[in-house]
Amino acid sequence: MVNAYGRIQGTAQVQNLWLQSSSYTGIFATTTAPLDCPIDGSVYGTALNYKGELAKLGPKLNEEPYLAPPQAPILYIKPKNTFIANETPIPFPEDSNYLEAGAALGIVFKEQTTNVSPLEAWDKILGFTIVNDLCIPHDNIHRPAVKYNARDGYCPVGPWIVDRDDAPNPDQVVIRVYVNDELQQTGHTKQLVRNVRQLISDVSAFLSFNARDVLLVGTPENRPLIQQGDTVSIEIEGIGKLTNTTVSMKGGVQ
Amino acid sequence: MKRARVVVDGAIHEAVEHKGQLRLPSGRVVANEDVQWLPPVVPGTVFALGLNYADHAKELAFRAPEEPLVFLKGPNTFVGHLGKTVRPDEANHMHYECELAVIIGKQGKNIPHSEAYDYVYGYTIVNDYAIRDYLENYYRPNLRVKSRDTCTPIGPYLVDSSDIPDPMNLSLKTTVNGTITQTGTTKDMIFSIPVLIEYLSSFMTLNKNDIILTGTPKGLAKVYEGDLVITEIEGLGQLHNTIISNRLER
Repeated sequence: MVNAYGRIQGTAQVQNLWLQSSSYTGIFATTTAPLDCPIDGSVYGTALNYKGELAKLGPKLNEEPYLAPPQAPILYIKPKNTFIANETPIPFPEDSNYLEAGAALGIVFKEQTTNVSPLEAWDKILGFTIVNDLCIPHDNIHRPAVKYNARDGYCPVGPWIVDRDDAPNPDQVVIRVYVNDELQQTGHTKQLVRNVRQLISDVSAFLSFNARDVLLVGTPENRPLIQQGDTVSIEIEGIGKLTNTTVSMKGGVQ
Repeated sequence: MKRARVVVDGAIHEAVEHKGQLRLPSGRVVANEDVQWLPPVVPGTVFALGLNYADHAKELAFRAPEEPLVFLKGPNTFVGHLGKTVRPDEANHMHYECELAVIIGKQGKNIPHSEAYDYVYGYTIVNDYAIRDYLENYYRPNLRVKSRDTCTPIGPYLVDSSDIPDPMNLSLKTTVNGTITQTGTTKDMIFSIPVLIEYLSSFMTLNKNDIILTGTPKGLAKVYEGDLVITEIEGLGQLHNTIISNRLER
């Protein structure tokens, strides 16, 4: 049995869920009650934290508009209007033919975290969840991409948070993205530029996390494109599987 | 009405301004000196505008943007009136930015600019400090510059929108240790409040207590440990903030 935390739909409190392991797909909940988004704090995304993403940009990192490779973690905020639960619809935009799926391991904080060392960072972690950090494809990341990554429903989270002590080593997990049940992307957190402890330490030097805030470790290079009507699933070994389907915004879906 | 969130005798109260003092919900009136000021609202999503005054854009050697340059701030960055903001000793280029903050009062999506003011609950003052030493060209202005702990003083009051008939015609002023260093008027915004509300709500839902920081006019000056920085907006009051060093931190 694995200790996890989730929110049963229609309830306000995050509660303990006992999950049963399965050797094939990861973890299944023993309850059949639908789960709501398990988090309600701030969600911070991290860009260019996979070595493959940096390698793809290559010499461009030294050219306009960037002029130098990044020094500190590159962060952005996924605001509350973007949060949705597992198995709820993603509103597909009217002004784009594609969305990009962003398969991210989410670090959930247990308590206020300020200016911690990598060693201390471990004690601040409640657990890990899965986040689909969606955005509309855009050319560069010179300016904040609020219009592309902060639309309603662009941050599916869940289904639950697996307790840190029952989760696999977060720097050694495989992440798979399926679009309509077809494997489209495989990533591995051993490719992170900053591992989980280092990332927490470097960010907490200037930005405090509160309990239940979430820090995304980044998304692997070559994010899969999805179209209207597609079902996208992100599977992280030992954490679970997050599945959502895109739907047209016409017809009043919000 | 001017509303404040304050700590008195160990409890948080939603107070209102009363003849220069503060009236608590119990009816008790307390002197301003006897309270600790919290941010006047618990912030929801916080939007901030870069380069939204033509003269400021010029000062930073940028062309004025054709579309609002919007970035977000986390809740970690706010401190109330009379709060203290941490300046890292190693920084060279820390400056204040006096800004009109618009507090959203109800949920809305696809709000036309003609109805935008119906969604405004009130206004307050924000000092949107920046430490330019940490600027990098990725998601610029990056969170290390703009969402640092303690670097966004806000307050003292949330002033009801009905008390501010024309928010697009307010004077702004910053003083550092008593010397005026920045003056401007909200008339000079490139993207006005109704245009910003229409723009943001065209692609995402705005919610109660979301905040839009509307940018700063020209008049930047560096600040140092011990400086008393007062940002002031006509009709909204004065927001006091003191710069302290990071030496006490680990």
